[in-house]
Amino acid sequence: MIKLKVNGIDRSFDGDPDMPLLWYVRDILALTGTKFGCGMALCGACTVHKNGQAIRSCVTPMSSAANSEIRTIEDLGANGLHPVQKAWMELNVPQCGYCQSGQIMQAASLLKGTPHPTDNEIDEAMAGNICRCGTYQRIRQAIKLAAGKTA
Amino acid sequence: MTQIENVSRRKFLQGAFGAGAFVLAVRHARFIPSILAQGAPLDWQSEADRAAFHPNLFVGIQPDGTVYIIAHRSEMGTVIRTSLPLVLADELDADWKRVKIDQGIGDKRYGDQNTDGSQSVRRFFTTMRECGATARLMLLQAAAARWNVPAAECSTELHVVVHKASGRRLAYGDLAADASHLPVPKKEDLQLKKPADWRYIGKGAKSVDLENLCTGKAVFGMDARMEGMVYASIEHPPVFGGKVKTVDDQETLKVAGVRQTVSIDPFKPPAAFQPLGGVAVIADNTWAAFQGRKKLKITWDNGPNETYDSAEYKKELRETSHKPGKVIRSVGDSDKTFPTENVVEADYYVPLLAHTPMEPLVALAEFKDGKVTAWAPTQNPQAVQAIVSSQLGIAKEDVVCHVTFLGGGFGRKSKPDYVAEAAVLSKKLGRPVKVVWKREDDVQFDYYNAVAAMYMKAAVDEKGKPTAWLQRSVFPPISSIFDVTQVYGDPPHLAQGWTDLPYDLPSIRIENGPAQAHVRIGWLRSVANIYHGFAVQCFTDELAHRAHRDPVEYQLDLIGPPRTLDFTGVTYPNYGADYKTYPWETGRLRGVIESVAEKSGWAKKKNGKGHGFGFAAHRSFLTYVATVVEVEISDDGTIRIPRVDTAVDAGIVVNPEALRAQFEGAAVFGTSIVRTGEITAKNGIIQQSNFNDYPVARIHEAPAHTNVYITESSAPPAGVGEPGVPPFVAAFCNAIFAATGKRVRDLPLSSNGNFD
Ligand code: FES
Ligand code: FES
Repeated sequence: MIKLKVNGIDRSFDGDPDMPLLWYVRDILALTGTKFGCGMALCGACTVHKNGQAIRSCVTPMSSAANSEIRTIEDLGANGLHPVQKAWMELNVPQCGYCQSGQIMQAASLLKGTPHPTDNEIDEAMAGNICRCGTYQRIRQAIKLAAGKTA
Repeated sequence: MTQIENVSRRKFLQGAFGAGAFVLAVRHARFIPSILAQGAPLDWQSEADRAAFHPNLFVGIQPDGTVYIIAHRSEMGTVIRTSLPLVLADELDADWKRVKIDQGIGDKRYGDQNTDGSQSVRRFFTTMRECGATARLMLLQAAAARWNVPAAECSTELHVVVHKASGRRLAYGDLAADASHLPVPKKEDLQLKKPADWRYIGKGAKSVDLENLCTGKAVFGMDARMEGMVYASIEHPPVFGGKVKTVDDQETLKVAGVRQTVSIDPFKPPAAFQPLGGVAVIADNTWAAFQGRKKLKITWDNGPNETYDSAEYKKELRETSHKPGKVIRSVGDSDKTFPTENVVEADYYVPLLAHTPMEPLVALAEFKDGKVTAWAPTQNPQAVQAIVSSQLGIAKEDVVCHVTFLGGGFGRKSKPDYVAEAAVLSKKLGRPVKVVWKREDDVQFDYYNAVAAMYMKAAVDEKGKPTAWLQRSVFPPISSIFDVTQVYGDPPHLAQGWTDLPYDLPSIRIENGPAQAHVRIGWLRSVANIYHGFAVQCFTDELAHRAHRDPVEYQLDLIGPPRTLDFTGVTYPNYGADYKTYPWETGRLRGVIESVAEKSGWAKKKNGKGHGFGFAAHRSFLTYVATVVEVEISDDGTIRIPRVDTAVDAGIVVNPEALRAQFEGAAVFGTSIVRTGEITAKNGIIQQSNFNDYPVARIHEAPAHTNVYITESSAPPAGVGEPGVPPFVAAFCNAIFAATGKRVRDLPLSSNGNFD
């Protein structure tokens, strides 16, 4: 039996411990804000926070999520919109939006550790998150807009 | 044309609107909520879904003043769910804050719903305006009757009708009931606003879905859920046209969560939108289905495409491109012998390209009581109805296709093979089935943008200007998916930047040669314009450099004076648009070229070692675009794109911010094509599988900044989703030449070995 916290709620899981966290969150908890894009840690669509760090849930087996605190996009703005989400909205970042849960989770985690990232730091932190619609320019601007506003 | 009728009078209100609501329908439509409660089961059996009369509505007004507007085109990131309703709201003088958008299901009574070809706004601009204006006039008439004054004395302000003389005002909601009893005015009686009076058109609005897209609440196809559904993942024949010989699923059935396997029949040629066939693993969750697939032991009968080798095929295409082909257009004495002096020749090549929308293909369908209800991220819900109906032998009307948000489409999601799979499986299993494609499936079983070889030849005078021009393209046509005997380019795709070479030269010959398809070929963002624009615009750049002339000035010289291109005697479909309304005007192309040259500071730009600027211009989807790309290439071959400038004349622009986003995105899409876009095949099997071997541009590889300059225009609206791609691709390659002296004639860069 694997115990973990998802968005502040205690959960237990007794299925295949190899099942990636992504599918647990999506198919079993029905938290579908976290997306499937590649299944191989190549695109970042599945990014969630594990103990505050951005991780790729598609390659995180449930066994390694045991006893951790997971946060998904659904809970990022638990107390209203997160500054990253506000900046995303102000600058009209999303096109199709499919990658954006992952982008936002990644950006929120970047700003937590690096409140005022340089262009290079943004590139480094965001390089694992693909946006096929090509919203990168706005993502960069939005991260700068949100910079310094995150708790 | 569209028939507008007052459906309120026909009691079409129950289920969707309360009594007294005023509903105006264009033909008949159905009314369904598009944004479903996150995590909740889909409301697929609601009254609105199942209503015996489903009024297909473009606009409805509630007594509380809420205005409902139907979005009947698919939302895949172009903000069309906002932009098109905005047009209606403008003519209605509706308060945008009181407008709610609802997504239409697939229904032919809406007219065309295939959200491709960059045509949503241009095809429905007038319809939306007329729907809004009709509703507005009826509200006005209702108020006039209430006040017993001539309608001519009344006017509208935001969401109210006013009688200026007496100072009386009535809110739209208060007039809804009265208006619902009025006859619908004739089109001739409508007064459309003057452009100067537009509230929203030209100013635009933020996406109505913005918050849902930023909070994970928007329901994509991948997120659709239904009570009792099972998950399916399908092992397709690895070679196009292959069939299952034997299946051993013993190990698969041992995987926890796997329920069973189901065979899907191979398609009967032509493939069109039929499922490819294969073996589906049915499971309790997506992961179990994926795991089960790994354990399948299948032997295949690969069929004739087993010998397809993309490297060999490239040679074949090139050889064909060197032989005389079918003449598509001829100007001057081009059929006489080509001059032999001062001849320049070049070969260009673009490989197969995959769409890889961020959301892999996915669909949920339930077959029940002889009917199918599907939830799908589809660009074309009516094509879903058609293929599901033919696969299951039921009527099209018995297929209800709800359109979810699309996690990207780029043309792939116009082809509903994946939705048909879900419907076929649901019928076999007697329960709702959600088919989920892995990224590997998406890359390997795409409808690829055609591989193409272009042969270019010009004879030039002493100033380097062509006296004769020959261009010949060879590519397997999209029509081959509908008719396996098709090997020549079809007119609509030849017209994409090939037939319509806009140069003012004494002798032009445009040809096309045959190519047999070995995979499914399909539309991808800007389609044939990608390879045609690449060849024409890079070859023009070559000629300019050879003549020691400025590429911008040289191109303007080739285009010649402002005029309307004359296609008399030539098959030129013009993107399905009437040529009188949307003529090919070289003056508009010149306009964007001059604009981008000025805005980018082209005249002052200096190429240096590892630093260069490239230029290209192209009309596609009725929109004129000119682009300047700046590149920096370090000694180790790393390429950066610090800046892109692009000037756009798309006629009237409804939502400028959405246009800008599309052109920014097109530059990134083009970056992927140039850098790494390549699908290859060996023994008929696609060699790429995921973003590791089919990479797409990432944040540090994409243009750091794209500036978009919109030409003010009163011309009718044209496309914005696709036209940014072709000129970017060529301008990027021309910039690489400017920076390195190396010509990029075969895409992508990653196949050249010169660049990383
Ligand atoms: S789905 Fe996890 S990184 Fe792509
Ligand atoms: S917004 Fe579509 S993939 Fe990023």
